[in-house]
Amino acid sequence: MHAADMPNARPLGTDPWGPKPAQRLSGTRIMVYASLFVIAVYYLIPLWVMVATSLKGMPEIRLGAIFAPPVEVTFEPWVKAWSQACTGLTCEGLATGFWNSVIILIPSVVASVAIASLSGYVFAQWRFKGSETFFMLLMVGAFIPHQVMIYPMVMLLAQVGLYGSLWGLIIVHTLFGLPLNTLLFRNYFASLPEEIFKAARVDGAGFWRIFFKIMLPLSLPIAVVSMILQVTGIWNDFLFGVIFTTPSNYPMTVQLNNIVNTVQGVKEYNVNMAATILTGLVPLTVYLVSGRLFVRGIAAGAVKG
Amino acid sequence: MTDQTISVSTRNLSLGYGAVTVLRDLSIDIGKGEFLVLLGSSGCGKSTLLNCIAGLAEPTEGQVFIGDRNVTWLEPAERGIGMVFQSYALYPQMTVRGNLEFGLKNARTPRDEIDRRVARAAEILQIGPLLDRKPAQLSGGQRQRVAIGRALVRDVDVFLFDEPLSNLDAKLRSSLRVELKRLHQQLGSTTMIYVTHDQVEAMTLADRIAIMKDGRIQQLGTPDEVYGRPSTLYVAQFIGSPSMNILKGLVADGAFITGDLKVPLDGYRFVAAAPSQREVRFGIRPEHVAIGREADAAPLSLQAHVELVEPLGSDKLIWTRVAGEAFCVRADGRLPVAAGETVRIGIDASAASLFDAETEARV
Repeated sequence: MHAADMPNARPLGTDPWGPKPAQRLSGTRIMVYASLFVIAVYYLIPLWVMVATSLKGMPEIRLGAIFAPPVEVTFEPWVKAWSQACTGLTCEGLATGFWNSVIILIPSVVASVAIASLSGYVFAQWRFKGSETFFMLLMVGAFIPHQVMIYPMVMLLAQVGLYGSLWGLIIVHTLFGLPLNTLLFRNYFASLPEEIFKAARVDGAGFWRIFFKIMLPLSLPIAVVSMILQVTGIWNDFLFGVIFTTPSNYPMTVQLNNIVNTVQGVKEYNVNMAATILTGLVPLTVYLVSGRLFVRGIAAGAVKG
Repeated sequence: MTDQTISVSTRNLSLGYGAVTVLRDLSIDIGKGEFLVLLGSSGCGKSTLLNCIAGLAEPTEGQVFIGDRNVTWLEPAERGIGMVFQSYALYPQMTVRGNLEFGLKNARTPRDEIDRRVARAAEILQIGPLLDRKPAQLSGGQRQRVAIGRALVRDVDVFLFDEPLSNLDAKLRSSLRVELKRLHQQLGSTTMIYVTHDQVEAMTLADRIAIMKDGRIQQLGTPDEVYGRPSTLYVAQFIGSPSMNILKGLVADGAFITGDLKVPLDGYRFVAAAPSQREVRFGIRPEHVAIGREADAAPLSLQAHVELVEPLGSDKLIWTRVAGEAFCVRADGRLPVAAGETVRIGIDASAASLFDAETEARV
């Protein structure tokens, strides 16, 4: 066959030329986009209903059109949810719960990430006699259902006089976060070249200097993952919040439940929706801000660990 | 260890992990300013020995001396060593300067002294323009230079290299090899211990080579010695490429006999008295076999059928068969010879090696 017989054939010794061939919308591609669209809508509709309802007044809600946009936008439900809604006996809104949650969250996240990174570093690089067994025990801890440990934990905290206080809950959150986060850090540190650790030892760095100057700066991706897991886990916790604290110390999730599940009076759907969104705002923000780092950190652990 | 000329020595060093023994009763003395290469295939214990000297692995038994100190229980940093790793092991988050300074800062070296030493190392290794870059911005060769610099600034008497050139491409490897040798000359009295599996690196760099197998040193000698008079069959076959031709046979009546071939052993230097009626392995390197006109002058000459020719440019490898064994002859690249032809080859025992068939030791 000669080149002249094929109109599209490229003469020998020339570069490709001409317009870029148009990418045809293939059947597979249509399927992919269609399913993605359906899934996106499926997840977005509840959010839309929540936002729309929270901006409506009660008369408008009684009309029953839950998908309709608000005709008369009002922020009153949001204000009420934050500062006036009744959570049991008091009617001070979610604000106290929010601040309780913040007070619980910050020390628990800082402590659990700090301790997990340190113990992960030890398990990965300072193996001692029996460290493997010790690590296995810790992993068992990660897979035992939390409910099993609640009663002993209550007894333990009552013994030391921390039961019902915020500090008791902080300790519980820190402890329960350790197994999984230690595993994350250990796998990440184990994936770093061992020779870096050896080089640092030859350079005269000791246990703490290697940790703070070499390992910790290198662990940023996994530290972000660990932090996000802890922030969302602790913020969304309900069970421990109910069990280990007293009403004045209830975290936001528990107070949200108390607002939404009030059995007396009119059900204020708009206030409930606003309160729910307010409660979910913290984990949502964390995901949006650090989503990119989160994915990178997960991938780093998955590929090399 | 009062001997001033000895820089590093190990005494009866053993190391095992459970059932696996990595080092066996290993003793070696390394002279001040010597370039010693630990050579062996993977798993022979060469890196473990280096790690024991560095203090990064703890021997099960035995002791390590550096200078006149027993350092067996000292931390790596207290041993007066610098170390260069195969993967460079630079601290990724620090600049080149940060990498060089890290060890000195750990030792609380005064600021002006740090600057002086970093400047000197940067000058010797020509990495001055790279000082403010991060390791990720450097090429492989530059990274390894920084890694050497990190050992250099420590101002130590002993350098340890763990396969430092293995991650580099062939061209860079040979140029850095020359630089390393030059650095060794420049530093004068610095002892260098260098682990590699590459025999070219070993031959070109070493003052002495220690060839290791199964946690033991098979032979310790100059490159000429390990090449010319290998002390075991393993060393004979490990050193040299293509490796030494080995013929199975018998020593009897002052000759090596295999099949109907008889090589007179008049010119061979026996280690002890010449054995008689002993099973041996007769080894001769491809480059020590005479070919063509010179073959007739050899004590034994024979006709050989050419099975294969590998031209290397300057040389030609001619594969034949002698007494049923594959037999390689290195000839001048211009020698006209092709597969299927017959050539005349000559074997002279004076360049050969004889090994006991059972102990595999040189006889």
